[in-house]
Amino acid sequence: MSASYFISQLVNGLRLGSVYAIVAVGYSIVYGILRLINFAHGDIMTIGVYVMLMLMTTIGMPLWAVVIVSVVVSVFAGVLIERLAYRPLRSANEEATLISSLAVSTLLQNLLQMIFSPQKRAFHLPEFFSVRHDIFGIQLSTMNIMTFVAVAVIVIALTFVVQKTKIGTAMRACSENLDAARLMGINPNKVIVFAFAVGSGLAALAGLMLAGEYKTIDPLMGFVPGLKAFCAAVVGGIGSLYGAVLGGLVIGVAEMLFAGLMPTSVTAYRDAFVFVVLILVLLVRPNGLLGQSEGGRS
Amino acid sequence: MLQIQNLIVRYGGITAVDDITMNIKEHETVALIGANGAGKTTTLHAVSGLLKAAGGSITFDGTDITKKPAEQIVEHGVIQVPEGRQVFAKLTIEENLRLGAYLQKDKAKIKENYDKAMALFPILKERRKQAAGTLSGGEQQMLAIGRALMGNPRLLLLDEPSMGLSPLMTQQVFDVLAELKAGGMTILLVEQNAYEALTISDRAYIMESGNITLEGRSSELIDDPRVKDAYLGGDL
Repeated sequence: MSASYFISQLVNGLRLGSVYAIVAVGYSIVYGILRLINFAHGDIMTIGVYVMLMLMTTIGMPLWAVVIVSVVVSVFAGVLIERLAYRPLRSANEEATLISSLAVSTLLQNLLQMIFSPQKRAFHLPEFFSVRHDIFGIQLSTMNIMTFVAVAVIVIALTFVVQKTKIGTAMRACSENLDAARLMGINPNKVIVFAFAVGSGLAALAGLMLAGEYKTIDPLMGFVPGLKAFCAAVVGGIGSLYGAVLGGLVIGVAEMLFAGLMPTSVTAYRDAFVFVVLILVLLVRPNGLLGQSEGGRS
Repeated sequence: MLQIQNLIVRYGGITAVDDITMNIKEHETVALIGANGAGKTTTLHAVSGLLKAAGGSITFDGTDITKKPAEQIVEHGVIQVPEGRQVFAKLTIEENLRLGAYLQKDKAKIKENYDKAMALFPILKERRKQAAGTLSGGEQQMLAIGRALMGNPRLLLLDEPSMGLSPLMTQQVFDVLAELKAGGMTILLVEQNAYEALTISDRAYIMESGNITLEGRSSELIDDPRVKDAYLGGDL
């Protein structure tokens, strides 16, 4: 094995990890406020990708417009799911909401299969995105570079929103103490809608990156990456923004190194390996890499 | 100003507040005194909208607020300093104060209240960029009161502000309350520290297992043998 092969696997891992990171952020901000693991999150990504495919193949919209419309539709879908499937269960226990999210996930997967057929479809982005660039001896496609840039921009933008804006401060207050936040006049529902909107929009962008890389899409494509991104959020410390990003990168790199360095007889178990990584991290750090104990929430 | 009429609140299967009636007039300081579990906090939570009333009504300034959610009741100027402070420990002191003004739109007024809070509690100004969790219990209580004042309260509800504080800190908290009272604030004070509460308040209600058993002028209650025996530790 050459060093350059190792490096290229590492870069691949960071690229995949960036996608997980973007999805994991969505899990984490929703969990931070609602203590809800939204298993439908990965399927919102699928919705976003199918919207893109439809717009590109049927109307032939320019890509930037396609992405905007897809993000808007995904935001709308995420907010609608919250309204219909989670808000009515607000005073129920957390398990009920969890099961509701699994139901939504199954429902969305089946709806997408009914509408678009279960078959894989080609997802081609313009040639521009797959052009290879040589950067310090590492081969990167335009899509790879855009993925890295997008993650950096998203992290900076989210940090600003969470730390500096009124809604961001309200989000932090809600995730620390929901009742005290209400006594400030914060309407938790507005904050929750905001969290779902941000997470769903990001999921659509992650879907673009994933589909652009694999060049095919199918109605179940969001589920496994969604689960891995959930693992990433837990590995990093669920509820923590930077934890989600770190966890995403750790999971992505671990998965790619496993797939690239292990004998081909075991690489089929790469998905299982991700969950092994999750278990190992939780054995050492039960709250994740950057997580804090739950003691603070009253 | 605040009318609580035949209020019933059930909480986890038990009737924590069982048909109580109280009222608070503008500029009045009213104490609600009772042992642990008497239903005092439940009463405040019902007024603030954190708990739903199972019966009766709560009217503020002629508006029925019984069924309104907590965040809307804040809009009316009914602001609570919750039990155990409940400052946002991970947020800075400044952020905590700004959250107190979450619904306030008048920037000049926010600035004025912010400066007032800082003047009332100089310690907060020195440490405004620090996480609220780093403050001592007494300082957190000052922050919780300052945060409530940021919301322009018309009625200030305080739940056990002296709980867990040293005698010196307790005194400081009551000094602040006296200052607010002198400024014309309307206050509903829930306290286990009956002596301090009766000293500062105009009127008081005594609560026992969900019922109001005694009410009257604080200056008279403080000499009432029933109150003395049960809440003031016998002879004082």
